[in-house]
Amino acid sequence: MKYLDEYRDGAKARAYARQIGRATTRPWAIMEVCGGQTHAIVKFGIDELLPQFITLIHGPGCPVCVTPLEYIDKAIEIAARPGTIFCSFGDMLRVPGSATDLLAVKAGGGDVRMVYSPLDAVKLATQNPSWEVVFFAVGFETTAPATAMAAYQAAERGVKNFSMLVTHVLAPPAMEALLASPECRVQGFLAAGHVCAVMGCAEYEPMAAKYRVPIVVTGFEPLDILQGVLMCVRQLEEGRAEVENQYARAVRRGGNQHAQELIRRVFEVVPRKWRGLGEIPASGLRLRSHYEAWDAEKKFGLAGHDTAENPECRSGLVLQGRIKPAECPAFGTRCSPEHPLGAPMVSSEGACAAYYRYRSRAPGGVADGGNMRKG
Amino acid sequence: MVDFGGIQKEVNLACVPEAQVGDYVIVHVGFALSRVEESEANAVFEYLRQMDELLELKEGGP
Repeated sequence: MKYLDEYRDGAKARAYARQIGRATTRPWAIMEVCGGQTHAIVKFGIDELLPQFITLIHGPGCPVCVTPLEYIDKAIEIAARPGTIFCSFGDMLRVPGSATDLLAVKAGGGDVRMVYSPLDAVKLATQNPSWEVVFFAVGFETTAPATAMAAYQAAERGVKNFSMLVTHVLAPPAMEALLASPECRVQGFLAAGHVCAVMGCAEYEPMAAKYRVPIVVTGFEPLDILQGVLMCVRQLEEGRAEVENQYARAVRRGGNQHAQELIRRVFEVVPRKWRGLGEIPASGLRLRSHYEAWDAEKKFGLAGHDTAENPECRSGLVLQGRIKPAECPAFGTRCSPEHPLGAPMVSSEGACAAYYRYRSRAPGGVADGGNMRKG
Repeated sequence: MVDFGGIQKEVNLACVPEAQVGDYVIVHVGFALSRVEESEANAVFEYLRQMDELLELKEGGP
């Protein structure tokens, strides 16, 4: 396929790494925000290709990982109700709640299904009118348009047996919360390209100016990430703090206005608790009152859950970029993708799972041309 | 219908009404988010080429 392998070209990746090496005169810490970028960085060994002066900090951009435990428990409570078909993206199923997980509910006879799209869940509700079909709506601005469309379709078509457990989050408020922390080590950001494909780049401009931090909107392929790092390093070295767009092939400055309008119509912005980060003001989305008939929390009268995280899991520190996954004492021993203590070990976008999968075994990566060629 | 390198899937194009048959689109969970701008598709190679040229100039040619 045109323009896919080209973005993984090993020789060009090494050329980018050399340019980054030449541009770097002192240590810099750059955070990639999106879990998809984290996955690519670890998979292709991009961090190992970079000069030692450059540290990539893995940000809180894995939607599954930042979904608070109490919502996992709410999902489990709904999924266990008789007469319910509970639909979710696949990687939510194995995230441990405080007592069990969704797969265990399924094993116990619950109808828990993996769906590719929220729109498939609406279809399922139409086909099964005597069942309550509930969709677990997690994700960033990237997923919100599809979820909004699901609510919109259900309302338009009067699909009354459909509802959603919504725990959508927004990327910029989390970035700002990290910057405002006195422990913040982040000096530059690679912003999440697909979030910006929806929301545009303009909302980062006040943040870049206020915190004097370069923000480069970046794609997901190895060469995208390397170019994003180079653009970010050049800004840092030159003392600039601007919003730049590396991913112009998919991101316009104003984003996708149709998608933004759809999100605004269906959702309102609320404070939201993030796993590992705590409550962040104006960082979540919930259904507007016009759509409350499709709000699973209201429909099933779920009370507030108050849940404590597993104390052995250090995912909070990982999600804040304060430790690398392998620095957690449980990593690879008491915590693995088969027996995860926390969400970052479950999701393919979680930093712990990426390290477990690509770093526990053979070393190497882009530097020896190995991983780059396979894609 | 969108072809994902051989696998065809139905995709909701409500938010990318400008997409034409033959265009590349960014799709997430069955929903098109953005049309890929072909004229920008080379930018990542172009940037590297310019950086290399800049370096050659600084170092007084290859």
